[in-house]
Amino acid sequence: MNFFDQTAHELLALLKEGKTTSEAIASSFMTRAKVVNAKTNAFIRLPEAAPDSCGVIPLPIGIKDNICIKNALTTCGSRILVGFRPPYDAGVVEKVKDSGGIVLGGLNMDEFAFGSSTETSAYGPVRNPWDQAHVPGGSSGGSAASVAAGQVVWALGSDTGGSVRQPASFCGVVGLKPTYGRVSRYGLVAFGSSLDQIGPLTKDVTDCAMLLNIIAGFDRRDSTSVDRPVPDYTKALVRDVKSLRIGVPREYFIEGIQPAVLKAVRDAIDVLKNAGAVVKEISLPHTQYAVAVYYIVATAEASSNLARFDGVQYGLRVLPDKARKTALVDMYETTRQKGFGDEAKRRIMLGTYVLSSGYYDAYYLRAQKVRTLIKQDFEKAFAQCDAIVCPTSPTTAFRIGEKIADPLAMYLSDIFTIPANLAGIPAVSLPCGFDAQKLPIGLQIMTKAFDEETLLRVAFSYEQATPWHLERAKL
Amino acid sequence: MINTNTVNYIASLARLHLDEGEAGKFARNLEDIIHYVEQLNKLDVKDVKPTSHVLDVENVFRADAVTPSLSNDQALGFAVDRHKGFYKVPKIIE
Repeated sequence: MNFFDQTAHELLALLKEGKTTSEAIASSFMTRAKVVNAKTNAFIRLPEAAPDSCGVIPLPIGIKDNICIKNALTTCGSRILVGFRPPYDAGVVEKVKDSGGIVLGGLNMDEFAFGSSTETSAYGPVRNPWDQAHVPGGSSGGSAASVAAGQVVWALGSDTGGSVRQPASFCGVVGLKPTYGRVSRYGLVAFGSSLDQIGPLTKDVTDCAMLLNIIAGFDRRDSTSVDRPVPDYTKALVRDVKSLRIGVPREYFIEGIQPAVLKAVRDAIDVLKNAGAVVKEISLPHTQYAVAVYYIVATAEASSNLARFDGVQYGLRVLPDKARKTALVDMYETTRQKGFGDEAKRRIMLGTYVLSSGYYDAYYLRAQKVRTLIKQDFEKAFAQCDAIVCPTSPTTAFRIGEKIADPLAMYLSDIFTIPANLAGIPAVSLPCGFDAQKLPIGLQIMTKAFDEETLLRVAFSYEQATPWHLERAKL
Repeated sequence: MINTNTVNYIASLARLHLDEGEAGKFARNLEDIIHYVEQLNKLDVKDVKPTSHVLDVENVFRADAVTPSLSNDQALGFAVDRHKGFYKVPKIIE
């Protein structure tokens, strides 16, 4: 078997047995990354040389291009940050480096994480390793595709409305969004600050728990990071769901779901039932409002967060051909016109609109109230069950170009992932089958806040009973 | 109703210049999205408290003490233009 098909825990076992060296592993992944990038475009920039490592987990890890790595280019998939090299490491990058990880930045993404297909990157779309005519999902499409294609051992992405889980689902890998506050956001370029979390993308659930162990924990530089002990998540990898109560929300099994997805998820629920879980139907009655709430709250936060990109502090500055307003305002407006792509402009304007005088109460305040109702739905549900199981996305990976002209259709592909961000709870997507075109299908599991252990236990129990995580994309 | 005038106004609030023709395209997009989010009006939220934080966290304070941080030179390292430790921008007052 090639190194690039192996999981982190398999590679660590080889290292422990003295069958290979970390240099050999790193160099093999660097070659693989280069060879298949022409097919995936998962890396905006190919890593030049792997840094040396002497830590306990000396494996190459891919980093989404919105997570700061000291002195390395960080573009957020946007022209407006051209040339920017952060003067510091993100909290998660420090932790990865401390564990010995070989940090490879530059994983492609939708511009500023605005998208569900990685088509809005200023550096070209990412292609799905399972079928290159299809999208890898987004916005962490580069992270998911690079893991599925064996360009890195594992990767970090960011998830604001499903941006780790939906691409994990489309690319047949495992992607976890931790509880809000579990992982430091310090050094993550902010999109929706009340929703953003950094999460692992891996080949299996064991790797997922191992990478969560590395990145979880308090960071005083992120005031929303939560100071509570981090358990050893690998201890939760127990194949036992006996008498665990699994909730199946009826609002997540609606018309319009691709039949193959529906069947695979129903089959997955049967696997858990046969393993001894108690499956019950539950209701999350405000589910249908989640996308609407999200596109108000997330764009409002984004419009404010992206105000800093103004031609003064970073990257790009463009002056207009002829003066329109004052020299300073002309510079701001032209820099932002030339620096941002259409989806970024759309979201900045939508966010500006819902926060503007006269509309704030009607849109933003109302959305934050409905967000409370969605959060309460989950609180009630978790009084009756230990975990919720549903599809990650209504379809498998769609074709490149299929939804790019219809922003609203694109937004609806996140309909099942958005609620976990609005409620701050953890959620994971893992492979649960393939459609007739051999495109992967994802199963989503959610638990209450800070119960990543039950999340991983259910995921591991399902994974160990099924063969899906052993399949690899052929490139 | 979002028309090109609304879009041009929002764009100016957001410090975005739009070329002729762009406003029309964005007006259609934004009108579709706003129409979609207006389904929230169906709900009665009179007595619901808005979410300000998803966890029960409030008022995070730290000691008001000097700790090591980036130097002025590092912080301004990627300024497009700088002058004696400050950002430099085009003329503000004509």
